[in-house]
Amino acid sequence: MGTNALSHTWTLTQARMRLAMRNRAFFFFSLVMPLVFLFGALLISGKNSTGWIAYILGAILTLTVMGSFWGLSVQLVTFREQGILRRFRLAPIGAGPMLASSILSNYFLMIPTVAIEIIICRSVFHMHTWGNVGAIFLLITIGSATFSAFGLIVASVTNTMQETQIINQLIWMAFLSLSGASIPLAIFPLWIQRMALFMPATYLATGLEAAMTNRITVGDIVTDVAALSIGLLVAFEVSRQLFRWEPEAKVPSRAKVWALAAMIPFLFFGTWENVAGTRLIRIHQDFQALSGRIKPDQSPRIH
Amino acid sequence: MGEPVIQVENLYKNYGAVEALRGVSFSVEEGEVFGLLGPNGAGKTSTVEILEGMRTQDRGLARVCGLDPEQAGEQFKQKIGAVLQSTALPDKLRVKEAIELFAKFYRRRANTDDLLKRFQLDEKRNTFYGHLSGGQKQRLALAMALVNNPEVVFLDEPTAGLDPQVRREIYDIIEELKRSKKTVLLTTHYIEEAERLCDRVAIVDNGRVIAIGTPRELKRSSAGTTRIEVRLTRPLSDGMLGLLEGVSDCREFNGTYVLHSARPPQTIVALVKQLEAENNELQSLEMFSPSLEDVFIELTGRRLRD
Repeated sequence: MGTNALSHTWTLTQARMRLAMRNRAFFFFSLVMPLVFLFGALLISGKNSTGWIAYILGAILTLTVMGSFWGLSVQLVTFREQGILRRFRLAPIGAGPMLASSILSNYFLMIPTVAIEIIICRSVFHMHTWGNVGAIFLLITIGSATFSAFGLIVASVTNTMQETQIINQLIWMAFLSLSGASIPLAIFPLWIQRMALFMPATYLATGLEAAMTNRITVGDIVTDVAALSIGLLVAFEVSRQLFRWEPEAKVPSRAKVWALAAMIPFLFFGTWENVAGTRLIRIHQDFQALSGRIKPDQSPRIH
Repeated sequence: MGEPVIQVENLYKNYGAVEALRGVSFSVEEGEVFGLLGPNGAGKTSTVEILEGMRTQDRGLARVCGLDPEQAGEQFKQKIGAVLQSTALPDKLRVKEAIELFAKFYRRRANTDDLLKRFQLDEKRNTFYGHLSGGQKQRLALAMALVNNPEVVFLDEPTAGLDPQVRREIYDIIEELKRSKKTVLLTTHYIEEAERLCDRVAIVDNGRVIAIGTPRELKRSSAGTTRIEVRLTRPLSDGMLGLLEGVSDCREFNGTYVLHSARPPQTIVALVKQLEAENNELQSLEMFSPSLEDVFIELTGRRLRD
């Protein structure tokens, strides 16, 4: 990106943050809903040990971060359908700054929610740990950008808001149920756990849960960060290539296949984790240690 | 005379089976206000959007300031300003923020406070876009088109759907652009707009330019007849009015007879006598000096808004 592109990205980021702050729906979906999830999960789970609270907070932070793709895809499709993007197209800005500003504004707007969630767990639910702050910050930053980029791809491959909502629902359900963000991955049959290793959300969820429970160092999340970072780069480039300014510009079927390219890094990391990785072992160790079934240093048999 | 600022040669554009442009050619000189006049679907917006770099032609040449709008990218966009047929902005963006936001994308920037005053938006500077009236939104669109003090301004139907008073306000703004020697390409289907604002006009129909010239030249070419529009209590048999003294052409459009006469007083006297003889009555009679509408009717056999 040249100097102009960077300055345009920052200009757009500020404008989009300002617009979001004036939108009541934004506050509901970005602040109220995650907090409802947080209170609901902590109250329903009935667990009051610091370890469990931190574990559940890790899952809630994952949901907060993953929510990026939903909000961004809806916003971009709305802008396109209303003809707002057409007006921006006349200005000397390209697709890159427009998309990058979506990711950045989403990130800056999400940070307060993350902070509030952590503070609530500390002050209301007496969570005695901050987790590994460096690892949490890294995962939240990269995870937010990656899932935002997925949202931009969804916006680019859907023609109407209705289509966007359907695709979002499907992706959200898969991410929610199979990544460990809502149901601990360790309680699923092994074949589902192995499938989950191909899902982007798994790297964020398991990474954040481990980071919150303070069981890892920054060095231990290299794979998570690498998977999410490479996923981000691929997804951003795919979304840039597929980006459409015009409401009547329909997406060719070929482009929808192109969108799947964003999954290639996770196919690679999923295969590697299944063959040589230790993620499933770590997930089982963490879960069973929290459940009090085994001591943290005992490893279950995965293979 | 130097190179034309806008050059269009043999432009073709299809949307599926629909031929939107079928060999459109014209050029616009520096400082000229040039109008594309034609009915809806004539190909005006397609032409303008190709020149703005928003669409790609199938064939033909389009140049603005010597640049290919599709290929030139940012350099080209720095030079132009445009009002789209319908401009949309986020509802929760304030007027001043919108102008400042777009100004930041350009190297050359007009003073945003001056723009707000010039477009009578000063009092609305903190109003959300969603709360503006249609006229205010259009004035904002015009102000935004000028944030970079552009060399060329494209105005696509800038007054469509606006009430007469707002339309006149927009005319004043365009006349100001004309005085400041901006090159303007304007599309419209309003005759009075083209006649009042444009130095030259290209009449477009079915994707082709069917006449081009100054409004005066075009009107002079239309046989210099007066248009008389009459409505009658009962319809007349075919061709009867065409035989009246002085009438060179007579057509019927939705119950209105449009006569072209070289000697209007004699024609009206003959018309009254004819109606008396047939026990018919005039409902209304209007006379118009030759206009671009007449040119269009002569060339196409249709009215502009049919």
